[in-house]
Amino acid sequence: SGQKFLRPCALDELKHTLSFPFVQTVEHGFPNQPSALAYDPKLQLMAIGTKSGAIKVYGAPGVECTGLHKETATVTQLHFFPGQGRILSLLDDNTLHLWEIEQKEQCSHLEEVCSFMLPGRSGIESTSATRVTVLLPKLSCDLLAVGTEGGGVHFLELPSFTLLDRSIFQDEIMQSVPEEYKCGKSLGPVESLQEHPQHPDKILIGYSRGLVVLWDLQIFVVCVFLLQQLESLVWVRSGNSFVSSHSDGGYMVWPVSSSTPCTHEPVTSTIPYGPFPCKAVNKILWRTTESGAPLVLFSGGMPRASYGDRHCLTILQDSQHITLDFTSRVIDFFTIHCIDRDKEFDDPLALVVLLEEELVVIDLQTAGWPTIPSPYLAPLHSSAITCSYHISNVPTKLWDRVISAGQRQCHLQTHTNWPICGGKNLAPSPKQQELLLTGHEDGTVRFWDASGVSLRPLYKLSTANIFQTDCDHNDSLTQAGEEDWPPFRKVGCFDPYSDDPRLGIQKICLCKYSGKLLVAGTAGQVIVLYLCDEKSDHMIDVATVDLLQDREGFTWKGHDRLPPKSSSVPFAPGFQPVVLVQCMPPAAVTAVTLHAEWNLIAFGTSHGFGLFDYHRRLGFHSRCTLHPNDSLAMEGPLSRVKSLKKSLRQSFRRIRKSRVSGKKRVMVSSPSSKVQEANAQLAEQDAEVTPVQRRIEPRSADDSLSGVVRCLCFADTFLRDGTHHGPTMWAGTNSGCVYAYALDVPSQDKFSEQSVEALLGKEIQLMHRAPVVSIAVLDGRGNPLPEPYEVSRDLAKAPDMQGSHSVLIASEEQFKVFMLPRVSAKTKFKLTAHEGCRVRKVALVNFSSVASEDYSENGLVCLTNLGDIHVFSIPALRPQVRYDCIRKEDISGIASCVFTKTGQGFYLISPSEYERFSLSARVITKPLCQLDVDSFCTTVPHQANGTHKTQPTGESKSVGDAEGKSSVFKMQTAAK
Amino acid sequence: MDCCLSRIHSSPVNIRQQHHNTLTCVCLPLQFEAEYRRFALKKNGAGSFQEFYQLLQTIHRIPGVDVLLGYADIHGDLLPINNDDNFHKALSSANPLLRIIIQRRDEDEPVVFPTNSLQRRKKGLAGLRPSQQKNKPALLIGLPQDFRQISSIIDVDILPETHRRVRLHKHGTHKPLGFYIRDGVSVRVTPQGVEKVPGVFISRLVRGGLAESTGLLGVNDEILEVNGIDVAGKSLDQVTDMMVANSHNLIVTVKPANQRNNVVHRGSKASAGNGSAGSGGSALSHESAHSPASQTVSQCSNSNSVAEGDSDDDDTDLIIESDNLPSYTPHRSLANGNIHGNTPSSGVFGHRPLPQSVSLPSSSSLSDSKASLSSLTTPTHNGSPTKTSSSQESMREDGNFITL
Repeated sequence: SGQKFLRPCALDELKHTLSFPFVQTVEHGFPNQPSALAYDPKLQLMAIGTKSGAIKVYGAPGVECTGLHKETATVTQLHFFPGQGRILSLLDDNTLHLWEIEQKEQCSHLEEVCSFMLPGRSGIESTSATRVTVLLPKLSCDLLAVGTEGGGVHFLELPSFTLLDRSIFQDEIMQSVPEEYKCGKSLGPVESLQEHPQHPDKILIGYSRGLVVLWDLQIFVVCVFLLQQLESLVWVRSGNSFVSSHSDGGYMVWPVSSSTPCTHEPVTSTIPYGPFPCKAVNKILWRTTESGAPLVLFSGGMPRASYGDRHCLTILQDSQHITLDFTSRVIDFFTIHCIDRDKEFDDPLALVVLLEEELVVIDLQTAGWPTIPSPYLAPLHSSAITCSYHISNVPTKLWDRVISAGQRQCHLQTHTNWPICGGKNLAPSPKQQELLLTGHEDGTVRFWDASGVSLRPLYKLSTANIFQTDCDHNDSLTQAGEEDWPPFRKVGCFDPYSDDPRLGIQKICLCKYSGKLLVAGTAGQVIVLYLCDEKSDHMIDVATVDLLQDREGFTWKGHDRLPPKSSSVPFAPGFQPVVLVQCMPPAAVTAVTLHAEWNLIAFGTSHGFGLFDYHRRLGFHSRCTLHPNDSLAMEGPLSRVKSLKKSLRQSFRRIRKSRVSGKKRVMVSSPSSKVQEANAQLAEQDAEVTPVQRRIEPRSADDSLSGVVRCLCFADTFLRDGTHHGPTMWAGTNSGCVYAYALDVPSQDKFSEQSVEALLGKEIQLMHRAPVVSIAVLDGRGNPLPEPYEVSRDLAKAPDMQGSHSVLIASEEQFKVFMLPRVSAKTKFKLTAHEGCRVRKVALVNFSSVASEDYSENGLVCLTNLGDIHVFSIPALRPQVRYDCIRKEDISGIASCVFTKTGQGFYLISPSEYERFSLSARVITKPLCQLDVDSFCTTVPHQANGTHKTQPTGESKSVGDAEGKSSVFKMQTAAK
Repeated sequence: MDCCLSRIHSSPVNIRQQHHNTLTCVCLPLQFEAEYRRFALKKNGAGSFQEFYQLLQTIHRIPGVDVLLGYADIHGDLLPINNDDNFHKALSSANPLLRIIIQRRDEDEPVVFPTNSLQRRKKGLAGLRPSQQKNKPALLIGLPQDFRQISSIIDVDILPETHRRVRLHKHGTHKPLGFYIRDGVSVRVTPQGVEKVPGVFISRLVRGGLAESTGLLGVNDEILEVNGIDVAGKSLDQVTDMMVANSHNLIVTVKPANQRNNVVHRGSKASAGNGSAGSGGSALSHESAHSPASQTVSQCSNSNSVAEGDSDDDDTDLIIESDNLPSYTPHRSLANGNIHGNTPSSGVFGHRPLPQSVSLPSSSSLSDSKASLSSLTTPTHNGSPTKTSSSQESMREDGNFITL
C-alpha cells in the first residue's frame, strides 16, 4: 500500500516544477534600534539608519529598499543628496559611506558605492580630533562640508570625495574673531553646519562652546557670540535670521545682516518650559507659514525636575502649544514642507518624528495637529509579541468586516494622505488577502494586513476589559494626576509595560468562514469570540474546567486565575466574547483548536486538555495528562528561577575564568604575583573539571513537564472502523503520547438538545517519547483535510473519503505516518537520529507550480532548532530540500516562526520586525518599486579593482585640531 | 521464563536407532504431557518446513495448534526449526536420529530454548550420552527475539583496526547509559599534512553505568559515527541529540584513546578462539574479554547484531485501543435514546472509557524470526548503511588519526 503514495510521475513533476527556492523577501515592522533619519524632499523618500548598520529607504506604501553596511556599526547620520538617489551615511566607527539606489528588474536596491574615513594623527590611536560630528551635503550636491570634534571643517568634492584644499581650522577662526568672543582656548567640536537658504556660498558654523560664525566660502562675514552651550541651529527660510537651541532648554532667534559683523543680542530668547531648570533643546526647526505665525518645533527642553524623564516634542504656533508626549526617545524629526525656492513660505505639511520604538507623523495642516496613521513601519512590538497566527486567502466578507471594525477604533487620526510618497509601487495588487494575527503580552490581539509588502494594522482586539485588573484604577489615577500645563498629548502606541503578565496571549485560532476566534492566555483563560458589527453590552459567560480531574497529590503553586468582571461589559463592534472558559489550575494554555462547524473548541495546558461545546456552553470532556512524578508542572512559571540561578552561577564562573586568564598575560613574576598565579591555575583547573559536556541518556517517562499538551486537532476521519468516518479529536503531549477521541456530534438542528460526547479511541505512546509537535490527518490521496466549512460551502475540493486515511504525527525527533483506523505505522523519517537537529515548527503547505496554475503538491515544512528549514513530501516523507534560515542562536526568532499555507513564513528578527520568507516560487511577496532618480545624475565612476588611496603629499593640508598638523584624509574607495 | 524451560527440560529424552536412508524423528512432549512419536522421514525428500510442520501436526493430532519446533544438534544445543533453512540444517545434522521437541506457542510466556539443555558434548567424547545430562544445571537460550540484547563490538571485519564500533544495549537493565561527551580537537594526518579538526569525545563515564560496565568505551575516545551517521561537522548538541534519539539501539563508532587493546589482525586468533557457531566475523577485543561480559556475551552478540540489522522497527510505538469504542453510529438524532442518550446535561466531565486491552503491533511474527534465524547460519554483517562503509574506506585512506 505504501507504493500507492509514491506516484513516481508526480514526483518527477514535482522535481521539475516545484523547486522550493528559499528567499527572504521583505522585513515587516519597525527597524530595531533606529539611530538616524533623513529625508529627500525632491524624491520624497525617507531613510532610517539603525544601530546594526542597516539603512532602510521608504517612499509611498510598497516602495522600500534596504542596504546593510559591511561593518556592524551604528549609523549615526544619514543625508540624502536631494534628487540624486544617493545617501551618505556616517557610522560610529567614523567611516563615511556613499550609497546609491539602483534599479534592477523592477526592484530598487541600495548599493554601497564607496567608503572612506578620517585617520587619527600618526602614532596616536583614537584621537578625537578627526572624529566627524556633523555633515552638510550642499544642496547643489557638489560639495560636502565635514565638521569634526577637533573643530575643523573640511570640504570634499562630490561625488568623488576628493579633499579640497580649503579646510577651515579653529586657529583660523580664532584669528578672525574679536578678542571678546574668545572663550577659552578651544571652540569645542563643530555642533552644526547649515547652508544659507538663499546664498549657497554661505555656511553657518556652530561650535559646541557657543560660537557661531557665518562663513562665506572666501571670507567669513558674521560672528555671533552665544552664552550657552549650543545644541542645534536652523535657518529661517528668508535667510535674514537663524534660530539656535541650547542646553539650558531655551532657543534664540538671531538677526543676520552684513552691516553688523558681530552680534551680541538675539532678537528673541525664550526658555519655553522655564523658569526652573530645563533639559537641553536637542533640535529645533522653524517653519514659516503663509497664514501667520511661524511654527516652532523642538525636542526636549522639559523642566528637569518634574518632567525630565519624558520624551517630548513641542509644537508652538502663536498661542497654540502642544507637547507631544512619546513613550520612547526621540531619535530625530523633520518636516515635510515646500522646497520651491520661489515660494515665500515653508508651509509645512507634516511633521515626521522617528522615535526609538515607532514612527509618528503629525498632520500640520489640519487644526489640532492630529496624527496620520502610518501605512508601514508598524510598531509590532507596541506590547511584546507572545504568539502569531497566519490566515491565508481570507474571504472578502470577513476582511471587510475586520477593516470596518478597525476603522471605528481610530481616534485622533486624520485621513490625510500619507505625505511621504516617493517612488512607484510596481507590485501587482495581491491575489488574495492575508491576515497576520499577533498576540501580545498586554492581552491584545492585533490584526495585520499581510497581503503585501507593508504590514498594515487593521484591527486591535483587547481581552483585558473582560477581567478585573489593577490597570482600570491606574488609568483614572493618571488622568486625574495630570496637570493642564505643559499641554501634554500622549502620542504613539508603544507601551511595553504590561499591567498584568497573566493577560498575555498564548494561542490564537480563527475560523475565517464563520468569524469565530479562539484566544487563550497565560492564566488559563480560553476566550471564544465572534465577529459582531454592532456594539453590545453584556455579561460574560464563564465556565470552569478542571484539568486535574481529582488527581491526588498535586497542588498548584503558580499564579491565580484572572477574575472575570461580574457586571456587564460594553463591547465595541468587532470581536466580542461568547464565553470564557477558565482552565483550572490556571496554567498557561499551550495548545488550542477550533472547529466552528461542530461548535467545538479544544484547549490544553501543562496539566491536561479539555473539550468544550461553546454553543451549549458546556465542557463535555477533560483529561489529565500529568505523569505521577511530574512535580514541576505545578510550580507555575516561577519555577524557572531555579535554572536561572544555576546558569547565572555558571556565567559568573565563566567571567571569573576569563578575567583570570586575561590577567595572566600581563603578570610579572613577583612573590605576590606567584600566589595570584597559583590561584589562577587553581581557578582554571576548577573550570576544567567541568568542561562543556552533555550527558547521553534516553528520555524517561518521568521527565518533568511531560504532561504538557503540545498540539490539538479536529478531523473528520476514520477512527472507529474503516467504513464510517466521523468527528475525531487528537491531542499530543510533551512525552510523546497521542490521544485520539471519537466524537459524537449531533447534527446542526439537534445541537441545542443533545450534548457532544467524546470516547477515547486510541492512545499512542511514541517509543522515542519526544514531544509531539503537530498532528494532521491526511485523506485517501494523502492530502491534508480541508478546514471546517470549506467543503460544506463548496470552497474546497472534498477530501477523498474512499481511500484509507492516515495520520501524520510530527514529534520533535521524527515524522511518522500511521494508517487509520488501525494506527499502523506506514512511513517515518527520523530527523534527529540522522541530523541531530530537533523539530521546532512544522506546517503542511500547499506548493503551487509556477508553470501550471492547477498543479500543486503538499509538503511538510519543518523548522529545526538549528534554524534550518526542511521540506518533505507527504505522505512519503522524503526529504526534498534544506535551507539555512535563522541563526541557531536566535532562539526567539526560531520560536516566533509561523508558516503560511502557501509556502511563505514569518519570523521575528528583532522584537519589532518580522522577516518574511518564501519557499514557493509562485508566492513571493517582495518590494517591487521604481524610484525616479534625476536624469542628469550619473553614477559615481568606480575605481577599477580594489582600494584606492590618495597618497599623502606635500600639498595636502593638515587636518585635525589646531595642534594636529600632519593628519591626512585617507580615502578608501571600495570598488563595487 | 525459567519455569517454563525447566519443565521442558525435565522431560526425558529418548534415542532410537535409525533406518538406512531415512531419518527417525523422536518427538518430545507437547505441553508436558508425555507424548512421544517416533517416525521415519526420507532424508532427500523431506520437503519444506511447512510440510514438515503439518506432518507433525497430523502425527500428533494437533491440527491448528500453534507450536514451536526445536531440535538437538550435534553439540547438544536445542535449536529452533522455523523455516526451510534451519529445517534442512536440522535434517542434515541428524545422526541419524533427529530429536524434535514440540512446544505449544504460548502468548503470555515467552518461549525460550534451553541452551545446553542437551548438554554440550565434552571434547573427545564421541556421541551423545543423554544420561549424563540430567545432573547438570542448564543454561537457557531463547529465541533470538527473546535474547537479552547486550552491548558488544561489531563490524570488526569492515572497520579499520584503529576504530571500534560499539553497540550499547540497556535492554533489560536498569543501568543508565552513563557517559558524557564533550567538544575537542582531533588531529588527523593526511597526505596534505597534519590537519586539526573539531571532534566530539567521551568526557566521562558514570560509575556503574552501562558504558563503564561493558568496558567498550573509554574516556577521550573520539566519536566518529552514531548509528552509521558521520558526526563530522556536527555540533556537540547535535551529536547529543543523535545519540539520545538512537539511545534504544545506540551504535557508536569510536577511535579509542587507548589503541593498545585493538584487535591486532582481524579474523585471526581472536575470532577463532571465540568458537561461537556461525560467527558473523565478529571478534572481541582483549579489553572486552577481560570485562564482565564473558564468553556467553560474545556468542549472543552475533545473533544480536543480525537480529537488529533487519528489524528497523525496533522502536515500535505502543498503541492502546479502547475496547468499548462502539463502531460508528449514525447521528443520534436518528436513534434517540441510544446508549449515550441518558447522559446528564451537566457535569459530564470525566466520561472515561472502560478498561482497555493492550496489544503490541504484530511485528514479532514468525516471518521475522525466520529471517533472523536464517541469517544466523549465513555469515552476514548487520545491515549497516552503505554510507558507513564508504566513509570508513575514505577514512582509511586518510591515514592515521591522532587524538590530542
